[in-house]
Amino acid sequence: MSLTTNVLSVVAKLLCGSSVRWVDCQPETCQRVYFANHTSHLDAMILWSSLPRQLRIVTRPVAAKDYWEKGIVRKYMAESFNALLIDRKKIKVHRSPVELMIQAIGDKYSLIVFPEGSRNPDTEMREFKSGLYYLSKKRPDLELVPVYIDNVNRVLPRGEIIPVPLLSCITIGPPMWLENGESKTTFLKRAREAVQRLKDV
Amino acid sequence: MFVEDQSYFHDVATLMFLPPSLRNWGDLRVMILLGVIIAILAILYLVGRFLGRQPEGTINPAIVRMFQQRVQAWWLMYSVLAAGFLLGRVPTVVLIGLIAFWALREFISMTPTRRGDHSALFWVFFVFTPAQFVLVGMGRAYYPVYSIMIPVFASLLIPARITLSGDAKRFLERYAKIHVGLMICVYSLSFAAAVLDVEIASERAADVDVSSGGETQGEPAATEPGAATPDAVVNVVAVSVEARSPAGLLFYLVLIVQLADVFQYAWGRLLGKRVIAANINASRTWEGLVGGVATAAVCGVLFSWITPFTWWGSAIMSMILAVMGAAGGMTMSAIKRDRGVTDYGTLVQGHAGVLDRIDSLCFAAPVFYHLVPLITQLR
Repeated sequence: MSLTTNVLSVVAKLLCGSSVRWVDCQPETCQRVYFANHTSHLDAMILWSSLPRQLRIVTRPVAAKDYWEKGIVRKYMAESFNALLIDRKKIKVHRSPVELMIQAIGDKYSLIVFPEGSRNPDTEMREFKSGLYYLSKKRPDLELVPVYIDNVNRVLPRGEIIPVPLLSCITIGPPMWLENGESKTTFLKRAREAVQRLKDV
Repeated sequence: MFVEDQSYFHDVATLMFLPPSLRNWGDLRVMILLGVIIAILAILYLVGRFLGRQPEGTINPAIVRMFQQRVQAWWLMYSVLAAGFLLGRVPTVVLIGLIAFWALREFISMTPTRRGDHSALFWVFFVFTPAQFVLVGMGRAYYPVYSIMIPVFASLLIPARITLSGDAKRFLERYAKIHVGLMICVYSLSFAAAVLDVEIASERAADVDVSSGGETQGEPAATEPGAATPDAVVNVVAVSVEARSPAGLLFYLVLIVQLADVFQYAWGRLLGKRVIAANINASRTWEGLVGGVATAAVCGVLFSWITPFTWWGSAIMSMILAVMGAAGGMTMSAIKRDRGVTDYGTLVQGHAGVLDRIDSLCFAAPVFYHLVPLITQLR
């Protein structure tokens, strides 16, 4: 892990004053998919920084290529977080995002995904996109860990450039899996509820 | 009484061992107070450990936990004060500034603001808060600036900046929240740092100067023979002029406010019957308030040697501080109840936040700052 990575994660922690709560879940290095609500560009950075060091090394946030490849600074930051950049605009059939993710994680890495698709300005969470379902269908061994990120949207709201240092809270909940024969809609609904439930823990 | 103290502490050899920063700025009395506080805290810590080990059912575990948390917070508070004191005036101002920044952060995190407030919040966090403490750090001469910057300039600029975002929903409420946060967490607390610049009545300082100077010259035998050079004598006089340095006043402020808090709680638990306002804070009672204020007066007399006040002046000041502290505690409780949280920290984690610990100090500091010259003249 490079120096910039450490510096950036310390800065992220200071800026968001994030407290991390593990609820019915332990920090382990097994392969996981952390899925969270998405309200700010800082989400991936904050969630990644708040994981313990051993987990951080093997965890890759999935981020939007169009945002993180713009400019040297962002590109450099994305690299230091070991982000997996996915093109949201040109999705090809044989190189679908899910395929890319599965390729990228191999049997070592974990992922951070935001199934809402894009940043959500509303207080209510959007419906989840189906990627999470296909991902766990192809790799049923992955633990799916719901995460609720609170208040980061106030640190850096959509469309703002300068962050304001408010306190945020990250709640990491109990892992779940795709049930045998569970339909796409039921699964996505269950996943979304798992994240929502953490709001009130 | 003071004269005796001084002849004892002005052992030249002792002063020579001190780091230069202390000889110039510091005050032996504050060092002694620091020692006393550390001893008291150590005892309290041991009491907390002892209480924690009692078999279940004898004491309410919630009280023990609260006691231990408080002691922990005091350790932190006094380490900050001590570190700042040993390093000098500017680091003390910086440390208090950081505490204010954190408290403001907790305050604004708890009160809902809207997207449109973002830029105003930027001004609050990155312009007004640092500017306030920079001005306080620059010294007494800037009092006309830092005493009005937030109440006047910030209070006019914040609403204007919010309007630029074009969001009128609950405008007045949002403006009030940001402004109150800035006033309580930053403006009021900055006067705790400004206490370091309080001008202690020159008459009194001259008093001390003459008495100790005369003594050193009159009894050269009392000092170490080898160190009794003219140089050392000058040094002693210089120190004694500083004898009641404002650092002592800052300690006094924090100490009395904290003690009054604790005694109010303790008296409330022992005798409390008439709750002041159950909807705001169920644990604050009239009995607790009166007991706390009375005990604070006793503490004020006990600690008057660190201040420029007479013993009864110190008692009056302590009572005012206790009342202001209670007012701060009640006000912040009301804000918390309004927001539906018990502690500012709970939104972050299971324990109380910084703001829960300094709410009484925030209300007491500006009053203390402005009353010091008045109370000093009482004799």
